[in-house]
Amino acid sequence: MVNYLIRRVGYALIMVVLVSFVSFAIIELPPGDFLTQKVEQLRARGDRSAEQQVETLRLRYGLDKPFLERYFNWASNFLRGDFGESFEFERPVSEILGARLGYTVILAIATTVLTWALAIPLGVYSAVKQYSPGDQAISVVSFIGLGMPGFLLALIIMYFAIIVFNLEVTGLFSPEFQDAPWSFAKVMDLLGHLWIPALISAVTGIGGLVRIMRGNLLDTLGQPFVEAARARGLKNRTVTWKHAVRIAINPLITILGSDVFPSIIVGSSLVAIVLNLPTIGPVFVDSLRKLDMYLAGTCIVFLTIMLLVGNLVADLLLAWVDPRIRLE
Amino acid sequence: MQINPSPTPTAQAPAGPATDTRETLIEVRDLKVEFNIRGGVVKAVDGLTFDIKRGQTVGIIGESGCGKSVTARAILRMIPKPGKITGGNILYHRRRRLAGHQTAPAETNVIDLTTVDPDGETIRQIRGGEIAMIFQEPMSSLTPVYTAGTHINEAVTLHRLLPVKTLGDQMADKIMQYRHVTREEARDIAVQMLRRVGIPKPEQRVDSYPHQLSGGQRQRVMIAIALSTEPAMLIADEPTTALDVSIEAQILDIMRDLQRTANMAIMFITHNLGVIASMADEIVVMYMGKQVERAGVVDLFYNPKHPYTKALLQSVPKLGPKTGQRLASIEGMVPDPLHLPTGCVFHPRCPAFMPGKCDQIVPRWAEAAPNHWARCLLYEE
Ligand SMILES: Nc1ncnc2c1ncn2[C@@H]1O[C@H](COP(=O)(O)OP(=O)(O)O)[C@@H](O)[C@H]1O
Ligand code: SF4
Ligand SMILES: [Mg+2]
Repeated sequence: MVNYLIRRVGYALIMVVLVSFVSFAIIELPPGDFLTQKVEQLRARGDRSAEQQVETLRLRYGLDKPFLERYFNWASNFLRGDFGESFEFERPVSEILGARLGYTVILAIATTVLTWALAIPLGVYSAVKQYSPGDQAISVVSFIGLGMPGFLLALIIMYFAIIVFNLEVTGLFSPEFQDAPWSFAKVMDLLGHLWIPALISAVTGIGGLVRIMRGNLLDTLGQPFVEAARARGLKNRTVTWKHAVRIAINPLITILGSDVFPSIIVGSSLVAIVLNLPTIGPVFVDSLRKLDMYLAGTCIVFLTIMLLVGNLVADLLLAWVDPRIRLE
Repeated sequence: MQINPSPTPTAQAPAGPATDTRETLIEVRDLKVEFNIRGGVVKAVDGLTFDIKRGQTVGIIGESGCGKSVTARAILRMIPKPGKITGGNILYHRRRRLAGHQTAPAETNVIDLTTVDPDGETIRQIRGGEIAMIFQEPMSSLTPVYTAGTHINEAVTLHRLLPVKTLGDQMADKIMQYRHVTREEARDIAVQMLRRVGIPKPEQRVDSYPHQLSGGQRQRVMIAIALSTEPAMLIADEPTTALDVSIEAQILDIMRDLQRTANMAIMFITHNLGVIASMADEIVVMYMGKQVERAGVVDLFYNPKHPYTKALLQSVPKLGPKTGQRLASIEGMVPDPLHLPTGCVFHPRCPAFMPGKCDQIVPRWAEAAPNHWARCLLYEE
């Protein structure tokens, strides 16, 4: 188990290094990248202060050094918390992403929890009551959820929430808490706002997960150990949850790491743009569009780390619940 | 749940060999189970009648698909989905212990299991507690994420009752009081049961997960689970089919041993004639859902009546408990269960086929010799 853990963490670290390398290559890739443009602009101005600024940029980003050296320079700064500067905002990347990072993680976790909390009971119900009207209703709705893009759903829910229920759906805070210091009331305000974007980002994932849960459980319910558990005189509910769901859920944990979590991160970026949420997503998309490469590269690295951590957590969870993996 | 103080159906149909003076435990009477599937109705069990006495082993034998497993599942009311009991009775002579109550040992109620709610409290008390079952697939009959001990605990905490000492033995008719077991006792029982089924180092094995056990060990654990509740009957549905011959012999030894000490009845389902000869007191032969012959084991092996039984016996070169002969296929094709032959269902394969008779007249269940029943026109009139 300890070996397994070390190996998994090791792979994750190697992955981060690889991705950071690729990110850096991307940062430098665009021919008309922000830095070159800026230097040329400054050169064109030709005055003394412009020359000085070019010099500062040259030193800071090591413009005349070879690629590898520039990468190590960037990476070691990264480790020290200096992610470079956003050309667009002319402010350090760390300042722009700071709080957004936390909200992104919170939203991803809330979405994941909500996805599971809804998908598993629905999938179990669907399987146990196979072909019942309830099962059919769940199937239809989950296929719609599967087919509909998250942003469209976000718009629809926004419409209903604002027009029909007169709710506040954009942002993560009420105006009075926007810049207030952290307090219990602010946390409650966050939770009060969080569920709507979490629900919207969850809906697309739930559809698929319900189908998978239903299929897995139907398979598992046909297994001899389920019949044997029933033959021991256990209640149907105990047989279903303790013996069948407990086994049918394991593949979902793998899917959680490899599929659900990434799609939540991608999907919630779109939702975050529509709902104007203070997460990484909107900034990332914007930075790509404007070729604000240090900002974009940092976003890529952080999103990758989130994905890898999600994967690692899923793997550990699976090992924890399944002795066949834990005791391998 | 239906309680008959005087079990009338017993009197209607003679159950066959009556030499056995042991008390009756189960009476299956004209049992019918049908599967309503696309394309028609499969009569998986069609008019089965036999008795099981306390402490007796009854063997059920027949080719694959003849309805053995369905019969076993009907008794526990666990017939899979499209299947339904469409006729007959399963009378269970129930002798219960109740936690906290004083129970005289001779108190017996008769329940017709075909009328109890298949998800209800009564059948759940019976399943595992009074009638336990072990299955053909030892490799997958244990839930992979739970230890052997967890499985046994589950059965024991649900069903096992221990006598409360204070009431004692001084009473003339031994009125006993029982209580449920505690957690620690359940674990002790688990270790003790694993030891009894011959698992080495039971104190450690009790914490083993199924994937850490071999096939033979898993089936031993299944037996330990089944017997940990001291049931009145064990249904063993081809318990050794998936195991190799030497392990099979060990498992059979264990079952015989435990049965002797526990006075437990066994309904032993198999298609292995060698196995059944060494286990059963009485044998029921099934063909296409129908009972074709029933007799004591010696009678059946030395003096078979029904042509199907004869064919089965001829297909086995040598008999003996250790030969491990599988039921070799006999001539002809097993008919399509949706389109059964007219008259005697065995007639297309029967060496003693009587044209104009066997394909037209349905043979009745008749006593071909004392305590020896068969369903064949050779023994009618
Ligand atoms: N789940 C099921 N669905 C449909 N038919 C079934 C099912 N289970 C059993 N049957 C029918 O019942 C017959 C007897 O099955 P079974 O009792 O399992 O045979 P065996 O004697 O090999 O144990 C089968 O031939 C099949 O036609
Ligand atoms: S009734 Fe006829 S066909 Fe059927 S077993 Fe007897 S002899 Fe054979
Ligand atoms: Mg079978």
